[in-house]
Amino acid sequence: MNGAGKTAWYLLLAVAALTLPTVPFLQPYLTQFAFLWVMILLALTWDIMGGQMGYNSFGNIVYFGVGMYTTAVVQRDLFFSVEEYAEVAGGVDAALNPLEFISSLALGMGLGAVLSVLIAAILGSGILGLRGHYFAICTLGLGIAAGEIASGMDYIGAGSGLVTSLLPDAFGERGRFFYYLFLVLAVITFLVLRRVYDSRFGLAINAIRDDEDKAEALGLHTTRYKTTAWCISAFFLALTGGAFGNMVIFIDPTDVAFAGPTFGVWMVLMAILGGKGTLWGPVIGATIFHVMQEVFWTFLFGWQRVALGLLIVIVVVFFPEGVVGWLRERWPHRFGEVVDEDARRLQVSLDSEP
Amino acid sequence: MSTVLEVEKVSKAFGGVVANREVSLSVPEGAIIGLIGPNGSGKTTLFNSIVGYHPIDAGSIRFRGEELSRLRTPQIARRGLLRTFQQTRIFGKMNCIENMQISVPHADDSLGTMFSRFDESVTGRAEQLLKFVGLYPKRYLRAGDLSFGQQKLLEFAMALMNKPKLLLLDEPTAGINPTLINGLIDRLKRANAEFGITLFVIEHNMRVIMNLAEHIYCLAHGELLAEGDPDQVQNDQRVIGAYLGAG
Amino acid sequence: MSNLDILFQAPIFSVQLLLDGLLVGAIFALAAYGMALLWGVMNIINIAQGDFVILGGYVTLVLYQAGIHPLFGVPVAAVVLFLVGWVIYRSVIFRVVDRDLFISILATFGISILLQQLMDQIFGADIQTAEAGLGTMLLFDNQVTIGLIKVVAFVVVIVLATVLVVFLKKSRLGQAIRATAQNARAARIMGINTDRVYAMTFAINAAICGAAGALVVMTWVIQPFIGLSYTIRSFMIVVVAGVGNLAGVIAAGVGLGAAEQFAAFLLGAEFQIGFVFALLVVILLVRNAVLKRQRKYLH
Repeated sequence: MNGAGKTAWYLLLAVAALTLPTVPFLQPYLTQFAFLWVMILLALTWDIMGGQMGYNSFGNIVYFGVGMYTTAVVQRDLFFSVEEYAEVAGGVDAALNPLEFISSLALGMGLGAVLSVLIAAILGSGILGLRGHYFAICTLGLGIAAGEIASGMDYIGAGSGLVTSLLPDAFGERGRFFYYLFLVLAVITFLVLRRVYDSRFGLAINAIRDDEDKAEALGLHTTRYKTTAWCISAFFLALTGGAFGNMVIFIDPTDVAFAGPTFGVWMVLMAILGGKGTLWGPVIGATIFHVMQEVFWTFLFGWQRVALGLLIVIVVVFFPEGVVGWLRERWPHRFGEVVDEDARRLQVSLDSEP
Repeated sequence: MSTVLEVEKVSKAFGGVVANREVSLSVPEGAIIGLIGPNGSGKTTLFNSIVGYHPIDAGSIRFRGEELSRLRTPQIARRGLLRTFQQTRIFGKMNCIENMQISVPHADDSLGTMFSRFDESVTGRAEQLLKFVGLYPKRYLRAGDLSFGQQKLLEFAMALMNKPKLLLLDEPTAGINPTLINGLIDRLKRANAEFGITLFVIEHNMRVIMNLAEHIYCLAHGELLAEGDPDQVQNDQRVIGAYLGAG
Repeated sequence: MSNLDILFQAPIFSVQLLLDGLLVGAIFALAAYGMALLWGVMNIINIAQGDFVILGGYVTLVLYQAGIHPLFGVPVAAVVLFLVGWVIYRSVIFRVVDRDLFISILATFGISILLQQLMDQIFGADIQTAEAGLGTMLLFDNQVTIGLIKVVAFVVVIVLATVLVVFLKKSRLGQAIRATAQNARAARIMGINTDRVYAMTFAINAAICGAAGALVVMTWVIQPFIGLSYTIRSFMIVVVAGVGNLAGVIAAGVGLGAAEQFAAFLLGAEFQIGFVFALLVVILLVRNAVLKRQRKYLH
């Protein structure tokens, strides 16, 4: 794709995304579209670790949950004392006015993101020393442990969950509000990652993926790069989680916040389905998966997770390089890869003066 | 000439098997030093000890006066002591230019430079060095698609990109097309003379090492057996015995 | 912490917890031994390990509900799971054996989710158990109660482990399995059909899990979604004990069982599963930190 074509594509996508909520017959589905942006965010943030750096994490969901709970708690406690809240018992009086809502949402998301980055930095310095399957299974344990611990903490509602603040009417329709919120977040995340992958950092984490021992032998600060990668992932994931809690209104510790078996696995599957280690792969994978998942949940109710398990097996076994990976194999030159057969066959010569 | 690397009475055992026993040697600055010995004589173990791949049991390793045996591999590399691998290691899914770019010296990295892009001079130097090892026409190919010998040349170029003071080369000519070997010897000598990199080379090919090194150490059964200039070592009865299996 | 006081004031309580833990831990060790076998021979970490255990439990439960004594569930569940394992190998696992480890982890994760949901659909999400009706044993002036079935289960584990070890040492197939574990390529060159060895190993592992599941349903409870905790326990035990160390696996298994009982008593039962998963993280970090001092890492 040449530069002008690319720009045209981006513009087209931007216009489509911005005008979609105005299409009348799509109105009832705006929440689903908002959900699509969330899925894209999940896949994009997972891919920093799993795709670009080769550290397959099953525990990124921790940051999603931390962001969600932090935001919910800030919204709960910023303008009401806990006693007051208990008195009205979640009644209408506890609803925030628009200014309170938006300021507490921003503050909560910000705090959640900072907290997640701190957790990632602390955990990362230890857990990122593990390699390969030890890392994968350790993070799996981490995600589930977080959910179990949250289920036991009374301060955040323990196993019975937490109801988040309702969106004030002043912001209009709920679906539309969250559609734009997550669209903005997804676009920012995408652009930041595009910039980051294009830098020294991008090459460094790719090098760690290809051969970490070699990267160390060349003097790369591997620990610093790995921890930073996890922090970036945690940052955007916590923002996503924070807003997500408000969209779904009710936070269950193991089914929504630290939902390892659903979101935690989906983010991995989506990135692989689209093509891990590529910028657009997670976006495409999330889109395909979201459509499939809606179909499963609509037509296979009760059996949807059976179908999901089957889908994981099929994708992983038969399609591990994903959509973008497959397209790249077929039309490499379209992905900026130079396939110069002459260069490939050329014999190296060292005799002549270079 | 000052000494750049000083290995003193280094011992290393794996389980009960002694791989190195009280090995002492030194590498003077600006020299090309050879390390030979039959298979299993502990050459690669010694390299691994020097660059911090595993802890040593006893002894001391000093690089430009600084004790290395407590430092970790990346720290040692950032001080300008680099090694290449016997089983070549490159970043297979990245192209040759990217492999070169990420090999820049990392001593001055900071949080600020982490997200910077590589500037023109880095890319220029990468291309220059790829020309130097004859890989320039292949610079946009994925490194993993190169042949073994070409990967070896790429790894050498990546090492040069890192601007080391001392470079440990583990069998640089193994797997290289025989028609290229003379060219490679020339490149090694030029890396030494023009870029001022001290070389410490493990080599099995006697013709190569005799041509290349000015001083040679010979290991056998983990111990230092002999040392001297190429002629001395070549004619040393103990070395001949070790290679023929009598030692 | 009031429960801690109880332990000090009535030390006999510790004996109760310890015995419970030891007996249940032996069952963990059985599943862990299967995981170690698979890991050593095929270099696969089977995330569906715990779901095989739970499936074995349901097979036994079906027998029990049909009026058959659940102890017969041990051989029956083993045979059924052997077949299930064989089918799963032939349909999925053989395609991922030689591939990247993460692919096999993810593929078995998919199988795990699939099995969980199938069991949920067929048997329902309720917690269930099969009563062996063997009564209880009273020790230390009736202060400690031990279900006899737990003692029987412990004996069954020891017998099964012994049979397995003898099988691996003496039988032709066992020798082929061990040869493949050491060096699959060399085994192939020597004429061993490694594909068949892998299939048998996978099926045998599933059978071990099935037997363990039969014991779990009699001594404890099963539920479609708790399989993953058994996988994690197995993994943890293997990490602590190492692949191919039966005595170590049993020691680590009973140790984990006891640790869990104490944790559940002190922290509250709602934190027991959380404790298992958090312990995994801690164990891995500690192991890695120890290795790091030798400039190594877990691999």
